[in-house]
Amino acid sequence: MEFTSVLFYVFGLSFVASAALMVSARNTMKAAMLLILSFFSAASIWLLLEAEFLAVTLILVYVGAVMVLFLFVIKMLDVDQSTLRAKFTKYLPLGIVVAVIVIAQMALVLSAGQFGLDAVAEPARHAADYSNITELANLLYTAYVYPFELAAVLLLIAIIAAITLVHRKGSRSKKQNIAEQVSVQAKDRMRLVSIPSGKRKESK
Amino acid sequence: MDYQFNTADLVFALPEIFMLSAISLILLIDLFVSQRFQNLTYTLAQITLFVTGYLAFSLIGESQVIFDGTFVLDTMGSTFKVFTMGFAMVALVYTRHYLKVHNLFRGEYFVLALLSVLGMMVMISAHSLLTIYLGLEIMSLSLYTLIAIARDRATAVEAALKYFVLGAIASGLLLYGMSMIYGITGSLDIAQIATFATSATLASEQVLILNFGLVFLVIGIAFKLGAVPFHMWVPDVYQGAPTSVTMFLSTVPKIAATAMLVRLLIDGLGAMQAYWSDLFMVLAILSIALGSLVALMQSNIKRLLAYSTISHIGFILLGFTTGVIEGYGAAVFYVLVYILMSLAAFGSIIALNKQGFEAEQIADFRGLSKHSPWFALIMLVVMLSMAGVPPFIGFYSKLFILQQVISAGYVYLAITAVVFAVISAYYYLQIIKTMYFDDAEGEITVTAPLDMKVVLSVNGILILVIGIMPSYWMELAISLF
Repeated sequence: MEFTSVLFYVFGLSFVASAALMVSARNTMKAAMLLILSFFSAASIWLLLEAEFLAVTLILVYVGAVMVLFLFVIKMLDVDQSTLRAKFTKYLPLGIVVAVIVIAQMALVLSAGQFGLDAVAEPARHAADYSNITELANLLYTAYVYPFELAAVLLLIAIIAAITLVHRKGSRSKKQNIAEQVSVQAKDRMRLVSIPSGKRKESK
Repeated sequence: MDYQFNTADLVFALPEIFMLSAISLILLIDLFVSQRFQNLTYTLAQITLFVTGYLAFSLIGESQVIFDGTFVLDTMGSTFKVFTMGFAMVALVYTRHYLKVHNLFRGEYFVLALLSVLGMMVMISAHSLLTIYLGLEIMSLSLYTLIAIARDRATAVEAALKYFVLGAIASGLLLYGMSMIYGITGSLDIAQIATFATSATLASEQVLILNFGLVFLVIGIAFKLGAVPFHMWVPDVYQGAPTSVTMFLSTVPKIAATAMLVRLLIDGLGAMQAYWSDLFMVLAILSIALGSLVALMQSNIKRLLAYSTISHIGFILLGFTTGVIEGYGAAVFYVLVYILMSLAAFGSIIALNKQGFEAEQIADFRGLSKHSPWFALIMLVVMLSMAGVPPFIGFYSKLFILQQVISAGYVYLAITAVVFAVISAYYYLQIIKTMYFDDAEGEITVTAPLDMKVVLSVNGILILVIGIMPSYWMELAISLF
């Protein structure tokens, strides 16, 4: 067996194993960590496939940003695990039946031998000086410039949607008005009230 | 490999480019204008739609596949874009009144509406699985946000979430189908998929995988159109969303969804017509039946119109089952007619809205004929047209579809459709009865501004006028294919 094949099986095994453990983990933090491991394994497999840019992006974006955000959310939300899992066994039999049927159907169609090496030619290996990023950039700014721009529009919509739905003018906004803070006078903040001394009013 | 980007191609995408630039500009302008000049955003949005429509109109007759096969410009696409712009402009006129009386008037609303129209344009001009999907997501994401914009109403938030989750599932199914098609054909380009599907040397396993992908594409399209059994989201979303958003999402996107159907199934997998026709037949009959029967029991008019939409979608799908150009033309004609009628129906509901009063029950129409006979008359025309009574336009759209279905040899299909159309006439007539024979409980007034009254009147008159001479529009619809 070649060295790359060994690597592929190592990474593949850790990918599948971490994904399975992540789904079954009871502790959310552990699940998040296992998800990071499965991302990492997937990135390694992509490296073997000469998709260096994708591999680096997966780690930078998903592990670096998305998972950190996930961890924040897990820490900040107090999710009661027992209520989430209460119905697990109740739905398990049905879930297994559905999963088996789906897997069987997919196996029937996909085993038709149309996706193997005899149907699709093996992609050629590139030379050592081949630059994945240059090639990707060439494609993105020529053949795929239109879908690329559309993806940018999608991100713009996401920003507009997030701000529209979350930003609220008024009471919940804690915006500072510097000019107001600087020009504030003592009498704006403090009120002198003269309280007459002597008999206290009876409270009802 | 050597890649080329031809700058001269940009001319053919001018409507899209103008639209996106204008949206960005409006977004910025809206940030810096004070609340007092709110109408500015609305006016700019209308101008944008008009200019984009004009640009699309001026490109009618051009035919080109550009951007390395991801974008197609043809007569059908340009015509669809012109209609999309026109209908969107009408919808925005009605929208303004609703937003004003319910204190929802915000610049973002119009920006998001324009963005969803941009997504529709992308779908209409898509020539690759990738652009179809991106266009669909641009359109849907804007629509989800539009529903949730009334975030103080629990029903609107629920509707938005429901639409979002089910829309995501539908997108997933569609993508899965696309991945199958890509896997077997080796291309995202619609033309190359068509070449592969028509080649005579396909092995039976290859046909099987094409079929497998096709089923998921059909499910994805049925989800987006709201055909039974993928209709569950329609009534809840229609009822929960603010009426102006319900109007928008039940009308304008239907053109883009039809375009997606045409690009994927007729342009791309036209060779598989025998397979998807059968699927459509089941979807169509179930939609017509369920839409007609369940609507009988509704008291909320938005929910009623949701079921009515489902049964109209059934008729549209019926047109596509025929597999001939005349049938496709009849289906496109039906889509345009449906949008025209639906706009007028929702426009009439919105016209009844006033400060602090949300009209959404059929009972809200009680005694309308005494207080404003003209608007009651418009609603009468719309309801009769939707029921398919001659000489209104809705009659001809149903007639053309049934003619094609019968000449394709599916007589039983046509008979079933007619039976359910007769049943559905009951609830349309019931609304008319409510308007003309029931007495209002409280004061009922139409406070809509002048521009809305004028547009609504023209909308109602068009339903009658086009009904008198429908053949021109029918020939136009057939000429698109």
